[in-house]
Amino acid sequence: MSNPLLEVKDLHVEFDTYDGTAQVINGIDLIVERGETVAIVGESGCGKSVTVKTILGLLPEADISQGEILYKGENLLELSDAKRHARRGKEMSMIMQNPMSAINPVFTVGEQMLDVLKWQGQHRVGITDWVRDKFRSEAELRERAIDMLEQVDISAPERVFESYPVELSGGMRQRVLIAIALLLEPDFLIADEPGTALDVTTEANILELLDDIVEEHDTSVLYITHDLGVAREISDQLNVMYAGEIVETAPTETLFEDPQHPYTRGLLESIPQLSRGIGAGIPGKLPDYTDPPTGCRFADRCPHAETECREVVPHLRRTEPEHAAACHLFEGDPHLDRHQDAVTEFPYIGPPPWQADTDETEVDVR
Amino acid sequence: MSYSDYLIRRAIQAIPVLFGLSVLIFTITRVIPGDPVRLAMGPDVADEQVDAFREEMGLNEPLHIQYVEWLSGVFQGQWGLSLRTGNNVLFDIITRLPATFELVLVALGFAIVLGIPFGVIAGTNKDHWQDHASRITALFGVSMPRFWVGILLQVVFVGMLGLMPLQGRIDGNPPPHTTGMYLIDSALALQWATFVDAATHIAMPAFALGLATLAQIMRLIRSDMIEEARKDYIMAARASGIPQNLIHYKYMLRNAFTSSLTVIGLAFGFLLGNAFLVETVFAWPGMARYGVQAIINQDFNAIVGVVIVVGFAYVVANFVVDVLYGTLDPRVRLRQGGE
Repeated sequence: MSNPLLEVKDLHVEFDTYDGTAQVINGIDLIVERGETVAIVGESGCGKSVTVKTILGLLPEADISQGEILYKGENLLELSDAKRHARRGKEMSMIMQNPMSAINPVFTVGEQMLDVLKWQGQHRVGITDWVRDKFRSEAELRERAIDMLEQVDISAPERVFESYPVELSGGMRQRVLIAIALLLEPDFLIADEPGTALDVTTEANILELLDDIVEEHDTSVLYITHDLGVAREISDQLNVMYAGEIVETAPTETLFEDPQHPYTRGLLESIPQLSRGIGAGIPGKLPDYTDPPTGCRFADRCPHAETECREVVPHLRRTEPEHAAACHLFEGDPHLDRHQDAVTEFPYIGPPPWQADTDETEVDVR
Repeated sequence: MSYSDYLIRRAIQAIPVLFGLSVLIFTITRVIPGDPVRLAMGPDVADEQVDAFREEMGLNEPLHIQYVEWLSGVFQGQWGLSLRTGNNVLFDIITRLPATFELVLVALGFAIVLGIPFGVIAGTNKDHWQDHASRITALFGVSMPRFWVGILLQVVFVGMLGLMPLQGRIDGNPPPHTTGMYLIDSALALQWATFVDAATHIAMPAFALGLATLAQIMRLIRSDMIEEARKDYIMAARASGIPQNLIHYKYMLRNAFTSSLTVIGLAFGFLLGNAFLVETVFAWPGMARYGVQAIINQDFNAIVGVVIVVGFAYVVANFVVDVLYGTLDPRVRLRQGGE
C-alpha cells in the first residue's frame, strides 16, 4: 500500500471547560501523501486549528482521548516530549495565521532566525552551551538566514534581518514567517490560513510565493483555510470540516465538480460573487461542543435534514471511488475501515434533492 | 523626536518635580503646629535663649525669605543645621545614606534575583505545586510587615540556630571608606574577610526589607508569563523547534518583565524612605531611621533633607526604568522615534 507522510487516524481531542468537556475534535481521519498539498476547509471554530496544533503538539491543555498521528510511520502521540520537540521546525513546521502577532515583537527577525538555526530541536539549552555560543561566529548561520529571506522574495534581506517586526509591513512579516518555517527545510509544513490577515493582493502574492517555494523544496503541506477559492487554487486533496468532523473528502477537482455534503454546498453558495451578489450563507451556528447533537452535527442547520439525521451519526461513505461524504443523503461503502460494522444501520434518505430535480430516474434506485 | 531626545526631556522634567517637592515639604515642615526649637532645647532653657536661637536660625523671617536662603544654601552644601544632632543636615545624610543605599540595593537584588526565576517557574507550571508554593510565599511576603519578618529571622537564625549576627553592619573594622557601602568598599580593598562579615550582617535585614517586593515581582512575572504563553509568537517559536527554556527565559520573559520593571523602579524609592523599621530592628545606622527621628523631633531641616534625597532617588530610579524600557522593548524606542 501507499506510505503516506502523515496519517491521522480517528483523532479525538477534548478540552475541559467550566461547562463540561468540550469534544472539539470528534474522530477525524486525514492522509497527507508525500509532495501533496492537502487542504482542510471549514468555518471559524470548526476545529481546523486545533487539529493542526494537535499534530504539532502545541496544545498541552488538550486531552487527546483517542486516535493516532502517524508521521513517517511513527505514532507521534507515543513519543516523548523531547523527541517530539526535536521534530518541530526540522521535520514539521507551521506558518501561523496572523503575521502581526506571530513574530516576537522584542527581538529582531535575525535573532529569532538564528535561534532556530542554533538551537532547533534541543529540549533545553544548557547554560554552558549558551555561554559558549556567545563567543561563536554567527557569520555562516547569518548567511543561511539571509539566503532564506531572499528565497521568500524579500528584496532587502540584510535590512529585514536587522529589523524589528514593528518596522515591517504585514506582507513583509508574512514572508518572514514563511522564511522561519522553512528555514530548516521541513518535509511537512502546516499553513494556518497564511495571508488572510492581509489585503487581497498581498494575500495572492503570498499564496503564489508559498506555492512556488513548496514545490521547489518538495514539501508536503497541510493547508487550513475557510476560503474554498484559496483551497481550490492550492490543494490537491480537499477535506471539508464541520464541528470537529470531516464531512466530505475528495480530490480538489472532483469536489468542486460535484460537491455532495449539504454543508459543502452551503459553503460554496456563501462565496460572494460579483454576478450573484453576496451569497446566502448558512443559517444557524456551530453546535455546542460540550453538548453535541447525537446524530449528524450539521442536522440543525441542514435544509435536507430528516429525523434519522438527528438519531444516527452519518459516517463517511464512499459515494465515488475517490469521493466520500458523511451524509445520509448518499449511499456507499464505509470510507474508513473502522466503520465497516456500522454499514447496515445507515438510514438512507436520499437521493439528494438537487440530483432528484435533474435526474428523476434515480428516485427509484433503492 | 528620537528616543534619546525623549530621555533628555524626561531628565529635564525632573527639575521642576524636585523643585516643587522642596517647596512643598519646606512649607509643610514650617507651618505644622509645635515649636521645634523649644523641643530641641528642652524645657529647662530660658525663653530668651530659645528666642535668640530662633533668631539665629532665621526662623523669624517670612517663609519665602527662609526658603530662598535655604535654597541658596543647598547649592553651597549648606543644608541647614539639624536641631537634634547639631550637624549640617547634608553631613548627617551623607554619613547615613550609604548604609541605607546598600541595604536597599541588596534587598532589591534579593527580590529580583529570586523573584524573577520563581515567577517564571510558577507561571510556566500554573496550578502545579510550584505555583501553589509561590502563591503561599507571596501571601506571606505581602501580608507580613517587614519589621516582623526581621524579628522572625532574628528569632530563628540568631536565637535558635545561632547562625547569623543579630544586628549592626559589621563586627570587625569597617573597610577603608570609598563609597561608604561596606560590601563594595571591602571588595575594592580585596578584604574578603571583611566582605563576608558585612555580607552576613546585611543578609537578614535585606531579606526582610525585600521580601514583599520579591513577592510582588514573583506574582507579576507569573501572571505575565501566563499571559505570554497564549501569544501566537510563543506558539510559533515552539513550532519552529526553539528549546523550552529558551522560550521561557528569553522569548516570554523579555515581554513579561516590563510591568515588573515599573514595580522595581518604584520599590527603590519606596524602600529607601521606608526602611526605618527594618533599620530599627537590626540597629542599622541608616538614613531612613534618621528621617523618622527627625520627624518625631520636628527636626525640619533634616526632614526636608531626607525627603529631597528620597525624592531624588525616585526620580533617578524612574529615569533608569525609562531607559531600560527602551532597551528591552524596541517598540517603545521606535515609536518614540516615529512620532
